[in-house]
Amino acid sequence: MSLARRRAINVVMITLTYVAAIIATLPLLFILLHLLRQGATAVNWNFFTRMPAPTGESGGGMANAIVGTGIIVLLASALGLPVGIGAGLFLAENRRARLATIVRFLSDVLNGLPSIVLGIFAWQLVVRPFKHFSALAGGLALGAMMIPLVTRATEEMIRLVPVSMREAALALGYSKWRASLSVVLRTALPGIVTGALMAVARIAGETAPLIFTAFGNQFWSVSPTQPIAALPLQIYTYAISPYDDWHAQAWAGALVLLGFVLVISLAARFATRSRFGLGGD
Amino acid sequence: MDHSKTEAAWSASSARKRSAAIVVRMGGSSNGDRVYRWVTTGFALFIPILLLLIAAEVFVAGWPALSKFGIGFFTGTEWDPVNGRFGAAPALFGTIVSSLLALILATPLAVGVAIFLSEFAPRWIRRPVAFLVDLLAAIPSVVYGLWGILVLVPVLREHVMPFFKETLRLGNLPLFSGPSYGPSMLAAACILAIMVLPYISAVSREVLMAVPRSQREAALALGATRWEMIWDAVLPFARSGIIGGVILGLGRALGETMAVTMVIGNRHAISASLFAPGYTMASVIANEFSEATNDLHVSALMAVGAALFLVTVLVNVIARWLVWRTARGGA
Repeated sequence: MSLARRRAINVVMITLTYVAAIIATLPLLFILLHLLRQGATAVNWNFFTRMPAPTGESGGGMANAIVGTGIIVLLASALGLPVGIGAGLFLAENRRARLATIVRFLSDVLNGLPSIVLGIFAWQLVVRPFKHFSALAGGLALGAMMIPLVTRATEEMIRLVPVSMREAALALGYSKWRASLSVVLRTALPGIVTGALMAVARIAGETAPLIFTAFGNQFWSVSPTQPIAALPLQIYTYAISPYDDWHAQAWAGALVLLGFVLVISLAARFATRSRFGLGGD
Repeated sequence: MDHSKTEAAWSASSARKRSAAIVVRMGGSSNGDRVYRWVTTGFALFIPILLLLIAAEVFVAGWPALSKFGIGFFTGTEWDPVNGRFGAAPALFGTIVSSLLALILATPLAVGVAIFLSEFAPRWIRRPVAFLVDLLAAIPSVVYGLWGILVLVPVLREHVMPFFKETLRLGNLPLFSGPSYGPSMLAAACILAIMVLPYISAVSREVLMAVPRSQREAALALGATRWEMIWDAVLPFARSGIIGGVILGLGRALGETMAVTMVIGNRHAISASLFAPGYTMASVIANEFSEATNDLHVSALMAVGAALFLVTVLVNVIARWLVWRTARGGA
């Protein structure tokens, strides 16, 4: 092959990687653009304080869905945080134990499960025996999703804590468990909070596992044992409806949901960076 | 003399006692340490137990349908809840085809982005582009679905599908035949491609960064152009890691539910046409579960869930193994 030809191929292929980078960022820009254009007009004070309007009436809000999502996320955290942090501590402190290897691997497997499978699991375990949909069932499905995320974040953050800190605590006469909890865990806590926030950002937008667990609710409900509204469910219902008013509400809901998710994950990102001085790339 | 002897003996014995006390304190035999160990081990054991429980619940609930239809459950094409006949082949077909199409669309782009970011991008642009691509992974699935149903599907119906049929005159090919409904396999593949792109590109970037500098310098020293360096020296080194990333993306695509449900058209049929509506395993469950009319219908949906469980576990295990192997530099 002549040098000119090789050079030409070089230039073409390098240009193609630039093109790939541009194309890959386009969908995001399109989606954000549409969300802002269609959603911004419908997001106002009423959207956060009013209940959904009946079919055919315009306006209304998603107060119940926003509160419902908050409650489901709280229920999920009640399961996901203690188990995730406990398991993360175990993995960080018994790095080479056979059980740790197995748990780490299965945690990855759990992370890879489709969320809809966790939904039918929660349905079978909670909804079927009690014979009605409930916020608790939704919390169980999302909590199970949260566990591997929190486990991994905890393990990684605890590994960042210098061994000398644990040794110093032990040398001062701390027992092992006190050294772990009040020195090591406490040092790693900001990082773990970040990981927990990222996990919340991930599960708050989940819809599939909630369809037949939390089920959704057009009315106000905060009871964990009753069907409860959730923002993603409400967006789904409105999006597949044939009404333009509802589509507008769906865009508004999506904008609020995305805003919520982005604010949490950005906050988490910057918190970690400033604390540990770790660059993004 | 005697005095000093006894003092030495005393201090030796006391030191022994003290060190014994320290051993007791630090040796994990105190109550607090034991409780702490039990509790953290218990939480760690929670994960395998939860996974077993999920598998057990889903498989047991799906068993009536699996045992009634046998292998026909996966080969049958008729899905008729009213008459109690369930064949999941169309959903199986739709899951596999939409995911593979998504990978075909996403992989070259994702690898291109990864190469751009790890080799060519000027410093000031590297961070923002990486950030924007990563951000794609943060968008909730239902938001993709909303965008898909209200923006992407109309564009496909009014511009892309007519373009293939009329401008390129490909309407006679089975791949592009049939009416242009809008909601279709093609729409699902496009949405999925956008959704798996950040996963593939993140893993590829990581693997490319792990390729030793010497590998690149050796190629350049032999007179390779920059592209030849990448093609002949860097990519072969990173190959199995990138494949791992692609398979990880496949795992995501197979299980993706909401966005696909909203754009694929939800019809139990196998069609060769990209423009025809279809179904996937995850979207059958999402659509029909809360309206399942009888126990057999529920069981059939559970069996679909069990199959999905198995497939995604398998795919993830293979992907992790490949990425892990490359990350240790064994490839």
